[in-house]
Amino acid sequence: MNQFIEFISQNLELLYILILAIFIGVELIKNVPTVLHTPLMSGANALSGVVIVGAIIVMLQADPEDYLALALGFVAVVLGIINVVGGFAVTDRMLQMFKKKK
Amino acid sequence: MSIYLSIIYLIATVTFIVGLKNLGHPATAKKGNLISALGMGIAIIGTIALNEHKVPTIIYALIGAAIVVGGIIGWVIAMKVEMTKMPELVSLFNGFGGASALLIGLVEFNKNIGVPEADKASVAIISTIVSAIIIGSITFTGSLVAWAKLNGSMKDLRLPKYNLINNALFVVLVAFASYIVVMNSDSSLLIYALLVASLIYGYLFVAPIGGADMPVVISLLNSLTGIAAAITGILYGNMVMLVGGILVGSAGLILTFAMCKAMNRSLASVIFGAFGGSDAAAGSAS
Repeated sequence: MNQFIEFISQNLELLYILILAIFIGVELIKNVPTVLHTPLMSGANALSGVVIVGAIIVMLQADPEDYLALALGFVAVVLGIINVVGGFAVTDRMLQMFKKKK
Repeated sequence: MSIYLSIIYLIATVTFIVGLKNLGHPATAKKGNLISALGMGIAIIGTIALNEHKVPTIIYALIGAAIVVGGIIGWVIAMKVEMTKMPELVSLFNGFGGASALLIGLVEFNKNIGVPEADKASVAIISTIVSAIIIGSITFTGSLVAWAKLNGSMKDLRLPKYNLINNALFVVLVAFASYIVVMNSDSSLLIYALLVASLIYGYLFVAPIGGADMPVVISLLNSLTGIAAAITGILYGNMVMLVGGILVGSAGLILTFAMCKAMNRSLASVIFGAFGGSDAAAGSAS
């Protein structure tokens, strides 16, 4: 329990940011037209690929002798970047389709 | 962390918010997507270029290779896919993001193995690692199942009393995870068991849900990937991951509700009802 209190007091700013970000996310998506649901889902999916930053940090911090960490980190970077590049590219194609329809 | 990197993360975070905002309006959606993509690009490049760790060149080469290989794969798949197959592709990509988070969690957990008691990570850190592993695993297998279902390569699987089984498994997962955290266990056997159990839960969670409800499920899983990314962000004290992840988490959840509403369904009926797909089609036909 004490450890949790300590964690909170050390990360108070983090918690503020976290809570404010939750509200921003909600406000941003409220009242979005139904036609945009799928592209938005796809765009948000590309954004969740931000996890790749963590994967890169894993590799940067890994001991050069620690092959397991390097291998896992490598796979994590590959999967993360597929998520990012593929996600943004597919969203762009979806939205292109929209323009033609109009 | 270098102050320049922090500034880059700040800019990237703003692009995510502006991008999402623009994505919500038909006229600006394309621009919004580009803005977010640009922000993601500078965040990735900044993380590598402004790194202050002493890192041997070979690791930079490995990271570069991983980015080039993955980037080409992602680009080619996204460009080749047929328009009608896009939702299932989003699900597949989302699964990859979840897998990435779970691998990060595994590496971080391994760092804690065989460390003397005094140097062990705190309970708070272990809980973030364990949650990243659980959520990452659930979104990984869950998204793969959703992808396979939209593909038509997987039929609905309904075990008798599947709700009971799934909920019981979920409780076991949470209890198991709490045990690892409270004991501050460094057993790799336990963590792999937790990993496998989470992967199975992800599979069982999506397996009974009908194909017609899949977009809602994909959106929900997408939101979970965002949360996994945010949790790993907390782990590294990395703002762009934290805010980006939470944005996706909350926006994704609201989007999930909006999609449910557009389909005249409640989220509970999607998850626990297992009523969509063939049943719903049969219902509307009769």
